[in-house]
Amino acid sequence: MVNRIKRLCLTALTGIVVLTPTISSAEVIKEQRSMYRNIFVEDKQNIRCLKFSVKRKVSSQSCIDKDEPNRLVFDYTKFVFTGLLANPNPEKVLIIGLGGGTLSNSLQLLFPDIKIDNVEIDPAVVTVAKEYFDFKESENIQTFNQDGRIFIKRAALKKLQYDLIILDAFNGEYIPEHLLTREFLQETKSLLSDHGVVVANTFSSSLLFHHETATYHDVFGDFYTVSKSNNAGNRIILAGKQLPDEGTLLNRVKDWQAPLARLDVDIKYTASLIKRQTKQDDSYRVLTDQYSPANLLR
Amino acid sequence: MQNPLIFLLAFSGGFSIMGIQLLGGRILAPYFGSSVHVWGSIITVFMLALSIGYLSGGRLSLNNPSLKRFGSIFILAGVTLLPLIYFTTDILDWVFINIEDSRYGSLAASTILFLIPTIILGMISPYSIRLLVTHQDESGQIAGLLYFVSTMGSALGTLLTSFYLVLWFEVNQILFSLCGLLVVLGALAWAYQHFFSEKSAEVLAHG
Repeated sequence: MVNRIKRLCLTALTGIVVLTPTISSAEVIKEQRSMYRNIFVEDKQNIRCLKFSVKRKVSSQSCIDKDEPNRLVFDYTKFVFTGLLANPNPEKVLIIGLGGGTLSNSLQLLFPDIKIDNVEIDPAVVTVAKEYFDFKESENIQTFNQDGRIFIKRAALKKLQYDLIILDAFNGEYIPEHLLTREFLQETKSLLSDHGVVVANTFSSSLLFHHETATYHDVFGDFYTVSKSNNAGNRIILAGKQLPDEGTLLNRVKDWQAPLARLDVDIKYTASLIKRQTKQDDSYRVLTDQYSPANLLR
Repeated sequence: MQNPLIFLLAFSGGFSIMGIQLLGGRILAPYFGSSVHVWGSIITVFMLALSIGYLSGGRLSLNNPSLKRFGSIFILAGVTLLPLIYFTTDILDWVFINIEDSRYGSLAASTILFLIPTIILGMISPYSIRLLVTHQDESGQIAGLLYFVSTMGSALGTLLTSFYLVLWFEVNQILFSLCGLLVVLGALAWAYQHFFSEKSAEVLAHG
């Protein structure tokens, strides 16, 4: 009897699901709860996106084109590759914040022998990246389930060095405040090899923008930013111990046009968005471990 | 005048406990992250410390209770907050190097940093009740009023710290202010008995 009721309910449910008219062509193909957030995988025609929902707001974290898996979909992921203009031959890379694993996969495509340490706090994101976004792990490509700050602190104790460090841990809803302080950036800087570069995906609007600029400038001195001229969307920060000048960056564009075209990155256009960030006025406080109200400053 | 002073002190005790607890999350985040297990460690240690504090505060109130002794609890609480301001980095570095697992690391760090000051702050409530109660039949009502006041202090301490204080001040500035508040209030209680109510305190102690 119970079984029959169960089956009846199930049939009814299936009926509802099948009969519900699809308003858009987007279809959620995977839903997973983790201790940090709700994770969705959504297919819309050939584009598959990893989405987080926090407080009923849904934001796309990472998208791939299923027909052309190498093609980068988001502008900001394309902007990240300006890092190669600053350091053209990264052998060891650290990525904080995995998303769908798109950056890791793209770097492997460009440099087959590259060593990458991916750090992602949420094990569920890693699972979804592997299953739905073809995130590739190997002997050289490792993933660590850890808070980015903890990984970086331990890496500093072990005196590890990286040629490229990509900071991509902000999901737009909530900022892990301990990943946006002077001390955190100093620890990150201490992991850089001589020509190492930090590429950070950050915000281009709101009050926080200025505090963030002040904090990066305090640790790295002048740095470069990459963002669209109307300041919409994300802002990529390029910082390092000793960054090459603008002329050197632009000279390297021609070397990268062909390889990056495979990822659908127009490096000539992207390079034209690079701006030098000099010291701004002192009216914005530097964020520190002692003073880090990042979420209150937005 | 003496009872309002005791309530003011109990209010400030409640305020400080929650202020320190919220700042605890800030202090541990650079070493252990801000995941739910870090908050779990902090809250566990605070609850444990408060329970020990209640027990020992009650015990202490059996032995010549006075406003002066009550004030000394506050001064001591303020003083035990000082390591939190001056030695946090060394302590956390040490724990971080010696304990790999961030759950046990944050638990150990919370214990070292917060256990002792919170035990002492926990002594305030039972001790206040002892000073306030004069007749057995009003004891429940006075205990209720005391918890009302000190828990209101905790609510305000939580709200002010998380909404505004962290936006205006550095963690150590807030801790230092709380420390100063506790010491000043403790000294006030001590001075009150010393200069104004030597007699009434005596009566109270033996009443």
